[in-house]
Amino acid sequence: MDRHFFDELNSLKQELLNMGSLVEEMVSIAVRALVEHDVNLLETIRQNEARVNRLQVDIDEYCLKLIALHQPAASDLRFLLGISKINAELERVGDHTVNICKGISVVLEKEQVKPFIDMPKMVEIVSSMFKESLHAFVILDVDKARMILLRDDQVDQLRYKIIQELIELMKKEPEKVETAVSLILTANSFEKIADHATNIAEVVIFVAQGKDVRHHFEDPLL
Amino acid sequence: MEGDYKFRINNLNVFWGKAQALRSISIDIPANRILGIIGPSGSGKTVFLRSLNRMNDLVPEISVEGRILLDGEDIYHPDVDPVKLRKRVGMVFALPVPLPASIYDNIVFSPSLFRIRDRKKLNHLVETSLTSAFLWDEVKDRLKTSALRLSGGQQQRLCLARVLAMEPEVILLDEPCSGLDPISTAAIEDALGILKKNFTIILVTNNTKQAARVADNTAFFLMSEMIEYGATEQIFTMPRDKRTNDYVTGRFG
Ligand SMILES: Nc1ncnc2c1ncn2[C@@H]1O[C@H](COP(=O)(O)OP(=O)(O)OP(=O)(O)O)[C@@H](O)[C@H]1O
Ligand SMILES: [Mg+2]
Repeated sequence: MDRHFFDELNSLKQELLNMGSLVEEMVSIAVRALVEHDVNLLETIRQNEARVNRLQVDIDEYCLKLIALHQPAASDLRFLLGISKINAELERVGDHTVNICKGISVVLEKEQVKPFIDMPKMVEIVSSMFKESLHAFVILDVDKARMILLRDDQVDQLRYKIIQELIELMKKEPEKVETAVSLILTANSFEKIADHATNIAEVVIFVAQGKDVRHHFEDPLL
Repeated sequence: MEGDYKFRINNLNVFWGKAQALRSISIDIPANRILGIIGPSGSGKTVFLRSLNRMNDLVPEISVEGRILLDGEDIYHPDVDPVKLRKRVGMVFALPVPLPASIYDNIVFSPSLFRIRDRKKLNHLVETSLTSAFLWDEVKDRLKTSALRLSGGQQQRLCLARVLAMEPEVILLDEPCSGLDPISTAAIEDALGILKKNFTIILVTNNTKQAARVADNTAFFLMSEMIEYGATEQIFTMPRDKRTNDYVTGRFG
């Protein structure tokens, strides 16, 4: 096969990483909105979303073209499938950040909310999982990917605690129901981002080793 | 499980003069399957194929060590008649080499059919072998015309029909599609897919994608060794050996 194809694979990867940086920026804007109540970047996040949507289509078309023209095998084939899967995950993450920002700006119009201890903690874990998942893909690092899979439970637990806290708040101060519901949705969105990071990590393992570790079908001894 | 394997090959070493052309090859080849053999030029694919019907015997410089069992019987045993063996294990070559005779005669002139005199039987054999080689419909109205007037792809299918007329058990093919266009190639590949119900097929190909399309199992040869052997699906999605991955992704050399 020609050099040309390998160059194409590299530029495809580069394009996915460009999309990854845009989404990473969106995640940090969502974090700032939640933790620092800074919603001035709503416009940026909208612009990024539009670019991400365009990139998603471009990247899928690029994958399709390379598969059709070069009929790749083995590691190249896994790589292309991996790109296409991560592409979809990134777009979903972007959507969640938009929802988070919208939700928070609505809440902030009404009142100042006190920060919940567990919320910033969870958000920090989620955004680091997301960053790490992209980094694991850049260098196809299976160990790093496995570490991400292990952190998913922690996020689930924190989300559960946050929701319990918010339920208590609603009971004590019923006038804050709207705020509390909005924050529950926000917590859910962050938890979804962690799921997408986990999916990306699973893709990394698949691309690197050809093992499908989704849904814990894998042999735990492997 | 003896019956499930057509060939069982243990520690095959082949020397070409002093040079080693094959190094300790051990492989069990399942019956009624297509085995694809891939590997770069000079890796030993043809030498391997020719060991399976003792065509290497015809080259004085070649010596063969190790054991090759066909249906459990050692094909290099002194009692084995190589001519009979080659009837059981037929071979189709890279370049189609039809005889300068009619399509019909190309099939009935096969040495092993020499003694058949019964016209009806011969007609039947011509029709069935051409049908099995997916050529009958294209040539049935011109069986008496010269085989040399067929297209390259048709000639190759005619050569396949000649081998089929000998009613072999195993068909060896050495790059049978190397000079063929995609449509003729597809015709051969389709034929192989049907023929494997009745034959064991071993296909050497320089085109890894062809092995991926048609072979049930694939063996990768490199520098006289068999590096990896497995289900085709595994070889082309997650090869175990890095050299296999490099070869099937075109990263070699
Ligand atoms: N005529 C010959 N004289 C001496 N050595 C030979 C000859 N033909 C082949 N060999 C040796 O046998 C080795 C294997 O050759 P073989 O023909 O099996 O390769 P191959 O895998 O079929 O290659 P190709 O894809 O080019 O047909 C070669 O590396 C070469 O050293
Ligand atoms: Mg050869």
